[in-house]
Amino acid sequence: MDDRNRQSRRSASPAAGKRGPLIYRQSIWTRTTHWVWAVCLFFLLLSGLQIFNAHPALYLGEQSGFAFDNAVLAIGATQDESGLKGYTEILGWRFDTTGLLGASGEGFLQEVRAFPAWATLPSFQSLADGRVIHFFFAWLLSATLIVWLLASAINGHLRNDLLPRLADLRALPRDLAIHLRFRFHHTGSYNTLQKLAYFGVLFVLLPLMVATGLAMSPGMNATLPWLTDLFVGRQTARTIHFVVMLALVGFFLIHMAMILAADPFNELRSIVTGWYRTDPPKNAKGEEHAA
Amino acid sequence: MPRELLQRRNFLRGLTAGAGGIALAGCDLLDDTSDSRVRRVLASANDLSYRVQRLLQGDALAPEFTRADIRQPQRPNGVAHPQDEDYLALAAGDFADYRLEVSGLVETPLSLSREQLQAMPARTQITRHDCVEGWSCIAEWTGVPLSTVLAMARPKSQVRFVLLRCFDTIERGLSGNVKYYETIDMVDALHPQTILAYGLNQGPLPIENGAPLRLRVERQLGYKMAKYVRAIELVSTFADVGDGRGGYWEDRGYDWYAGI
Repeated sequence: MDDRNRQSRRSASPAAGKRGPLIYRQSIWTRTTHWVWAVCLFFLLLSGLQIFNAHPALYLGEQSGFAFDNAVLAIGATQDESGLKGYTEILGWRFDTTGLLGASGEGFLQEVRAFPAWATLPSFQSLADGRVIHFFFAWLLSATLIVWLLASAINGHLRNDLLPRLADLRALPRDLAIHLRFRFHHTGSYNTLQKLAYFGVLFVLLPLMVATGLAMSPGMNATLPWLTDLFVGRQTARTIHFVVMLALVGFFLIHMAMILAADPFNELRSIVTGWYRTDPPKNAKGEEHAA
Repeated sequence: MPRELLQRRNFLRGLTAGAGGIALAGCDLLDDTSDSRVRRVLASANDLSYRVQRLLQGDALAPEFTRADIRQPQRPNGVAHPQDEDYLALAAGDFADYRLEVSGLVETPLSLSREQLQAMPARTQITRHDCVEGWSCIAEWTGVPLSTVLAMARPKSQVRFVLLRCFDTIERGLSGNVKYYETIDMVDALHPQTILAYGLNQGPLPIENGAPLRLRVERQLGYKMAKYVRAIELVSTFADVGDGRGGYWEDRGYDWYAGI
């Protein structure tokens, strides 16, 4: 029923009265910083995996256990008569990940490397280049976060659109049900799950990424020793940095899925031009018009 | 077909192609390790890290730990068994004939024996060694503060860097053998935790960890902490040493400032 609704909406001529008004939803600050972040996170992810490949293991605590075991993740490879076998060990459980993690590449090009060539920048192994790329985009991301935070505090985006309110939390079960049935509303404001997701990325995940990154720096460790202590040691900070990376990748995938499901043209237009097509004014059964 | 649908499709196609194109172009540019202009721009972020960290940290000390935190031998990295003849000869005599040469822009060049170095006021510190690869290891280091040695040599006013020349050949190539070297600025050189270490975990410094003398620069990564130190030179520039980037790994693309 819902699909039919969307079809009819789409094939309607622009003059049809079934569509709601275009509203100016995203300010120039939100749009610009959004795309700078998108570029930054792309390069940070790929260069970060390059850096991780230099020592593909994660530990808990201040140091890495070589004579004792405090590893929570290790990616490696073993050689047998049939060739290289890649493995990934998580909390003591070992999985065969040949072709993806530990050992990848075809035929003669097969090599021992944690993340495969297509997932790292540069594609070949170069810790030096990975670090140069990573720290450039880390600065750019941090600077953009500060610019966005100031702009959003001043222009009200933070207070009006992002901060989850009590009413939002009360609406959570209903909003969850709407999302699970892929019945999206197009309105001038974010729904509860959107607020929680964006708020979580901007105020939890990204700051955590910057903080755990700084906690790994020996120079910052002298300046702010409490920061490393806060994360229970440098190696724990490195592990958290990795886990938050996974969370950000997860956010990205859901973000893409939601855009595709909700109406990619409209969603993209709003984050490029700022203009967003809202649903027609609600009648008694508002949900019927949701697309 | 409705006009709007076509427009939408083209719009999405254009946007996808544009974003993908930028990403792929970026990958290609960055896959080129030559000293391209792109790389120089990206690497300038490291100058920013250097300036900001120096501004923020002042003389702050790197965290120090307790003996209970020492849970394993110090992990050796890089060259662990130098095969250089002069080094092997010294090692055969348990480094009794070792001398640290201090020269360059100094009023008083020095040649210090191991006994002389060990007779100076020592500093012992339990610190965390952070390797550029990502791992860390806590150990107890004993040595003479570099500032003490520098004070004896009396640096001239134009000195900006301390250059450490090492015994170990780290690379053998067609264009000749390359011995390890490093440079640090005077802020780190005079920092109280910057020591020329001859002791590790309450014993003498083992060969794999840099015997008879290695540098500790606790606010930077491991590759700055040259092992097998043969001589110290005080210089105003390192442009004429190696490939001119201030260290063996720096000449191979690693940042000169390794505080991050």
